[in-house]
Amino acid sequence: MTPRTLRAWSWLHKWSSLVSTVFLLVLCLTGLPLIFHHQIGQWLGTEVVSPKMRADAPRATLDQVMAVAHDRFPSKVGMYVSQEPDDDTVWFVTMGDSPTAATDLKQVAVDARTGQPLAEPKLDSGLMVVIHTIHVELFAGQAGKLFLGGMGVLMLAAIVSGVVLYAPFMRKLRFGEERRDRSTRVKWLDLHNLLGIVTLTWAIVVGATGIINTWADLVITHWRNDQMAQMLAAYRGLPPVTQLGSLETAVASARAREPAMKIGFIAFPGTAFSSQHHYGVFMRGREALTERLVKPVLVDAITGQVTASRAPPWYVDALLLSQPLHFGDYGGVPMQWLWAALDVLTIIVLGSGLYLWLGKRGPSRKGLASDLRSAAR
Amino acid sequence: MKSSVFWPLWGWPLAIAILSAVGLIGALVGDGAWDWLAWIGLGMPAGAALWFGLRGR
Repeated sequence: MTPRTLRAWSWLHKWSSLVSTVFLLVLCLTGLPLIFHHQIGQWLGTEVVSPKMRADAPRATLDQVMAVAHDRFPSKVGMYVSQEPDDDTVWFVTMGDSPTAATDLKQVAVDARTGQPLAEPKLDSGLMVVIHTIHVELFAGQAGKLFLGGMGVLMLAAIVSGVVLYAPFMRKLRFGEERRDRSTRVKWLDLHNLLGIVTLTWAIVVGATGIINTWADLVITHWRNDQMAQMLAAYRGLPPVTQLGSLETAVASARAREPAMKIGFIAFPGTAFSSQHHYGVFMRGREALTERLVKPVLVDAITGQVTASRAPPWYVDALLLSQPLHFGDYGGVPMQWLWAALDVLTIIVLGSGLYLWLGKRGPSRKGLASDLRSAAR
Repeated sequence: MKSSVFWPLWGWPLAIAILSAVGLIGALVGDGAWDWLAWIGLGMPAGAALWFGLRGR
């Protein structure tokens, strides 16, 4: 590497890191509790737990479930009904003032066997909601998401330039070697290089899938306007449905169409995931891989008959498969702890990088270039 | 780069990077043995960081 290209990579590493470090620290710190949000929910008592019953216990119909929810919030309408992937004993009914409401949403958790209300999870308050909102959008909506996506791009630039700079720094050193006889600064430099290079793959994957997730709303909107619109072409221009047909019948039709799949969530007519005339029943697979993917079955909201069902395009599958790679919620509890460990290591990489930059602003004015000269000695 | 320079420098980083990738993808593909593969694979970067990072500190 010529001194000129080396300077260019150093410049890229310095500025891509400097601009993004504060935001990446925020993401790492808020991401840490989010890894354990289920456990924290259980600990805070906000996680909904259904009473133990036999697996073949009779089930309430979804019309009964909806009646319970309406009873609780008579002025609101149904928007979504969903289940956690690993628990089919609870239905979560989300309600709003209209099918497209974005604020003042209410949720009722209903026992899928007895039809009894279990809890009313809060959707817009609580510590974890605040942490999640900071992590996803810094309380700045879609602009916040795209901004954080941009910080993610800078992070990838910092990682790539960091890998390029690893070679000249480490040429004379063994892997993981820490020069104990040297200054504090050199020790931190060695630690920065070690932790940066070992967390490389994880940081790239979590960074890249995080960037992809910031586009999630845009991807879903595109899908809706494109493929969903085609599936609904026959209904264009019809007046909206005023009296909804049975949800239980609609979901039974969807299950009959995809008998090997389970229910992910159901969107009521008029929401972002259905049409004015349909229930959108989103089915999931049952295997580790297919459980992450959804297949929409659109059911006529009056007759309860299936109108159309089509696997989503590749970009929706890609979005859905990228999510576990960002959340770390796909390999059991050990995976959560590994995610936490790598997150903390990334915090140390960011902190040590900041320290190395701040340190060179002192009277000795050491910088990357001087570190390189000393590394080459 | 000559191989006598390449492997001492990039051998460990490359091995850890590949094992991490195998781990990240493993648990996505299946459960059971795939999960174990993931824990071991992704345990490598965490383990290496602890082993080399804490040594002598």
